[in-house]
Amino acid sequence: MTDLNANGRNMARTTTPSPSVTPSRLAAFLRWLRSDLRAALALTYLLILVLAAVLAPLLAPYSPTDQNIMNMLAEPSAEHWLGTDDLGRDTLSRLMYGAGNALYAAGLAVGVAVVIGVPVGVFIGFVGGWIDEVVSRVIDAVLAFPPIVLAVAITGALGIGLTNAMLAVGFGFAPYLARTMRAQTLVVRGSLYVDAAVGFGASRFHLIRKHILPNAIQPVIVEVTLLLAVALLAEAGLSFLSLGVQAPEASWGGMLARAYSYIEIAPAQMYAPGFAILCTALAFNALGESIRVLLDPTVKRH
Amino acid sequence: MSATAAKGPVAGPETGMATDKVLLSVEDLKLDLRDENGWVRVLDGVSFDIRPKETLGVVGESGCGKSMTALSIMQLLPPRSARTEGRINFAGRDLLSLSRRQMSRIRGRNISMIFQEPMSALDPVFTVGAQIRETVQCHFDVSKREADERAIDALDSVGIAAPRQVAQLYPMSLSGGMRQRVMIAMALVCEPDLIIADEPTTALDVTIQSQIMDLLLNLSQKRGTAILFITHNLALVSQNCDRMITMYGGQIIEGGPVSEVLARPLHPYTTGLLHSIPDAGRARGTLNAIPGRVPSLRAMPPGCRFEPRCPHATAHCTQAVALERIAERQIRCHRWQELAGSAAPMTAGAL
Repeated sequence: MTDLNANGRNMARTTTPSPSVTPSRLAAFLRWLRSDLRAALALTYLLILVLAAVLAPLLAPYSPTDQNIMNMLAEPSAEHWLGTDDLGRDTLSRLMYGAGNALYAAGLAVGVAVVIGVPVGVFIGFVGGWIDEVVSRVIDAVLAFPPIVLAVAITGALGIGLTNAMLAVGFGFAPYLARTMRAQTLVVRGSLYVDAAVGFGASRFHLIRKHILPNAIQPVIVEVTLLLAVALLAEAGLSFLSLGVQAPEASWGGMLARAYSYIEIAPAQMYAPGFAILCTALAFNALGESIRVLLDPTVKRH
Repeated sequence: MSATAAKGPVAGPETGMATDKVLLSVEDLKLDLRDENGWVRVLDGVSFDIRPKETLGVVGESGCGKSMTALSIMQLLPPRSARTEGRINFAGRDLLSLSRRQMSRIRGRNISMIFQEPMSALDPVFTVGAQIRETVQCHFDVSKREADERAIDALDSVGIAAPRQVAQLYPMSLSGGMRQRVMIAMALVCEPDLIIADEPTTALDVTIQSQIMDLLLNLSQKRGTAILFITHNLALVSQNCDRMITMYGGQIIEGGPVSEVLARPLHPYTTGLLHSIPDAGRARGTLNAIPGRVPSLRAMPPGCRFEPRCPHATAHCTQAVALERIAERQIRCHRWQELAGSAAPMTAGAL
């Protein structure tokens, strides 16, 4: 056939195979990282963070909860690379243990949001009618509350603790995903290939699973990475308010709260948790932006 | 001249024709669609038959109800905003009475449809091989490997040179012609009894058009598949179809064997369509057009729907007109006999 386009000109999707080579997702992934410095940096940072969190018991120079009253609010030094907090605990060790809590919190909140938001969004987008109207108004009502405020209220009812707090944040995020998913489902459901699939005998379940979900999910993937950053900040904020991670466990938000109290005596204590939160949120955002570009077929890449 | 029409008019609808086995029989199909202004009748009493292995052409201007007829048969219209009445008998079953599940077993397996826009009728996020495989797996209890093999065979049968490689490509890396071949492969892979082809070549360039038409017709002839071929291209109808119907304003206004209808059109609208075909040999000059436009669905004339545009209209034409059947032919016109007998273009002396 001569009317076959030269393949490889448009590499908008990682999985676009070349006709002669069997598609290798790993090779395509590595090619993507080579072409996108931002994504490579963000992923590298997050990988280091995950390793630090997982290997904290092995790598951390001190226990995160060992107090040393003789060495409170120490400046960074050879023994304590990032100094110590107001109870003489090693800041670097607490930062590493806190990373685990931060990632768990962000993952849990976004996981809850996806599990609730995506099915609801697809369902109401697909069935439409009065069900869509009613559920959409409920979603609007939930959206009227800022997620953090909602989380504070729900945590108050469920009991204080990181898991409860992040379940609440996840519940607050779910309407955002549901709304995006609903809008995307409406767009995809109206496209000709969905009609064509029905025309070739696809059942409704098959239609949703095989055609609507894969096509509608792309903006949601991007939104998820952005929500990860927001969830991280929510964890820090709730722990700052002592609604999340409870003392003496380490949390970036909690560390920031303690350092804030001593800002005039030991301003350097703010930097470590502050930068950790900042960099992680930035990494999630950068990854989200890179994935968005990757999934956009109109962006030509070489 | 053949004498079929010379047997004289038979008043009222004739319900014979039972001698031939009929594959699809549409009887008095009425379709109403809803928009923000309420319900509007889009199809008004459409009736036609397709016999096995037959190719039936449906012609008419945009908006005359061709595609709506196809979508009604496939029941691809949203039930909330579309209401269908009448009977659509397919192989002994009334499609309009089937449940959603029963209907989806027929779609793709017994009746499949080829869409006008091959560029957007394929799912962009799956390889074409996977999409054909899905169609097979919807209807047959076969392994993934077996379904893949059938998909590759189907791609091979539509003249794709390296089917195994093309099966692994995404639609975006295929040209329009290739995509339409893939659609035909998908439509044929379950070996249906009927294919509805809704302007399958309109979006393609002319050289590819004839390739695709030849392909579609050869394959369906080989497999004994009937085709409902929707088009506004009379040349394609004359080359490829056994019988044809002309639609106007949601009604059938003329029907019959292609050779007879095109040689001696009875309805002034069909005559007008024939005269509107640009003549390639004549380099300059005005194109022959039918004056006016198709009336709005909400403001259909009470009588003959073509009356406001018809050069032969008289006062009598503002009264309702029924579809008459004369042997193999159908005609919906008050004056067809007069016109056929007198100075009607192309038909003088025929009857």
